[in-house]
Amino acid sequence: MSSGLYTQLLDLACGAFLLAAVIVLWRHELAALVRAFALQGVALAAIAVFLGGHEERWDLIAVGLGIGVLRAGVLPYLMRRALAALAADRGSEEVRETQPLVNVAASLLTAALLTLLAYAVGRPLTRLDPTPAAHALPVGLAVVLIGFFVLATRRRALAQVVGFLLLDNGITATAFLATSGVPLIVELGVSFDVLLAVLVLQILTTRMREAFGTTDIDDLRELHDR
Amino acid sequence: MNSALLLTAPAAVPLLTAAAYALTGTRTPRPGRHPAAWPGLVSPLAILLCGTLLAAGVLKGGARTACSGLLRADALTVWMLLVVGAVALIACGATPAYLAGERTAERTTARTARRYHVLVHAFLAAMCLAVVSANLGVLWVAVEATTIVTAFLVGHRRTRTSVEAAWKYVVICSAGIALAFLGTVLIYYAARQAGIAEAWALDWPTLVARSGRLDPAVTRLGITLVVLGFGAKAGLIPLHAWLPDAHSQAPAPVSALMSGVLLSVAFAAILRYRVIADAALGTDFTRLLLAGIALLTLALAAGLLLSQRDYKRMLAYSSMEHMSLIALAAAIGGPLALSAALLHIAGHGLAKSVAFCASGRILQLTGTTRIGRVRGLLARTPAVAGLFGCAVVALMAFPPFSLFASELGIARAGFRAGSGLAPVMAAALVLVLVAFAAFAARTARMLFGPAPAPPAVPEGTAVWPLGLGLAACAALGVSLGPLTGLLHAAARAIGGH
Repeated sequence: MSSGLYTQLLDLACGAFLLAAVIVLWRHELAALVRAFALQGVALAAIAVFLGGHEERWDLIAVGLGIGVLRAGVLPYLMRRALAALAADRGSEEVRETQPLVNVAASLLTAALLTLLAYAVGRPLTRLDPTPAAHALPVGLAVVLIGFFVLATRRRALAQVVGFLLLDNGITATAFLATSGVPLIVELGVSFDVLLAVLVLQILTTRMREAFGTTDIDDLRELHDR
Repeated sequence: MNSALLLTAPAAVPLLTAAAYALTGTRTPRPGRHPAAWPGLVSPLAILLCGTLLAAGVLKGGARTACSGLLRADALTVWMLLVVGAVALIACGATPAYLAGERTAERTTARTARRYHVLVHAFLAAMCLAVVSANLGVLWVAVEATTIVTAFLVGHRRTRTSVEAAWKYVVICSAGIALAFLGTVLIYYAARQAGIAEAWALDWPTLVARSGRLDPAVTRLGITLVVLGFGAKAGLIPLHAWLPDAHSQAPAPVSALMSGVLLSVAFAAILRYRVIADAALGTDFTRLLLAGIALLTLALAAGLLLSQRDYKRMLAYSSMEHMSLIALAAAIGGPLALSAALLHIAGHGLAKSVAFCASGRILQLTGTTRIGRVRGLLARTPAVAGLFGCAVVALMAFPPFSLFASELGIARAGFRAGSGLAPVMAAALVLVLVAFAAFAARTARMLFGPAPAPPAVPEGTAVWPLGLGLAACAALGVSLGPLTGLLHAAARAIGGH
């Protein structure tokens, strides 16, 4: 791969990666959130594959494809199944984010500010090793921050899961862009942990619906200090 | 003895025990038959045995490694293994009586009891893996695995409150610990740029040996994220919100394990990173970071202890208080403070697990966790109430219990360390006194007074593990005995020269 084409493809994949996070902020239907997350999984796999192609490392391409299967296939499938169960059980009010804490315009503005912050924080990281991949590194940090924002401001349980997964995608992207990924044993462990965490959260969503009749996090207020 | 065997056994034996419990469930159980509780004692005893044998080897011949460097035991590993084993012995010893009480109240069935055993042993395996792993990436994976296996233990009772606690626990801990992973990635990046090969760039001894070459700006960012992330798991501000909910909702022996060792296993990870950061950045950065977080956590815990009306949450906030004292000791640094921090980890683990196990029995007897509704415990169930009272006295750092010695050590080191830390130390002592007063007043209300009703339920037989735990805590306070060398070696391993 020529280095000009590689840089352009890498930047394109990083752009799609960030865009998917912004779409999550923009949409309210939970199904759309899951679609955006799957799109982000594809972009993440593309980043890994482009890096692997550039460095001519087959193991990296294989890891990228594995991550693609997990994050664009398995995890969205699990969430779609949970969503279908919710829709069949409770009707339409469970599959939409009813009243997010922050409205769409303010969310998009916050995303812009968080991206700027990520570029500011990422400066020492880029300076240490100024390759095209390291220049795209703040995108990963921006997605981490946006993931935290989604986690803190969305009320539906599944939307929070999407926020957690955005956060995790952002970290994986940072790892790829900075160092072409962490060692394989760590990557396997991390992917396994994330998969299990999502399964646990899915089961807890079901239990929450049984116990509270809704998956609105605002209804979780039985535990307090007085 | 073979060090590969000694290093793998602490994680492998609990894992095998968990598998054994899981497999007994594949046959259709006869109604009314519950899984035996005694195999539960195999894992803690195996951990203690491996810890003891490793201690002898490590003190004689230095750190041991196995599995091509992935597993490693130095004095800190051994100290943590012994603490995990001792606390697990108390918790697993108290489990049969706890489950018997739950069965009487018809809150547990053979199926849920088996799931409980499987998860508890998987939890022990994950904690031991976190302690013996030399690779910081594997350490992270193991700490995150503890979150996953304990999620259903926190939500064991499936009530509204326990589901809520489990949700908060998984979301906050997973998101928090993800920050620690980002920090790990950044340290790995700095290490690769410093010319360390891929296979060794997350290896703790390699990083410590070459930490002077890490890029300071990247390391600073990485360490901040690591402290915030593992701090979430250790119950430190700002991601502490899961702790009182999870500790108050989990079954009592699980609360004992979470509060007694899970928090300090996560903090041991911070202690490991602190060595790297101090060599790369100088001591000022981590000192400021840890002292600030410790003081804020202490202030929050003391404030909430004052307004607390639920005794299990009271114990949870007391854990935050003690973890922040340990963080403060890590901020001070130096041999005295680090030895005191490690001793505090051990003393707090023993005393807090006794307190939580006793509180589980109190909950079964009284049916409430409200402090205001519990009266005259000493007249009603003298043995359990006496043990609970003694554990609280130990947690308030009275002699002869070892928390007295360790808090005294932290205070002495703090005032000696230099002008910057003296006001912090003074503020911390005032906050500890506030927490102390709240703790004493609330416990006295529960223990004293006439018994409200005749003791309808006979006292459980689970007195021996709790008594043993308190005796060990007192013995550590009087004399370290054969552990002296190990404690000092452990403090040296994490930078107390």
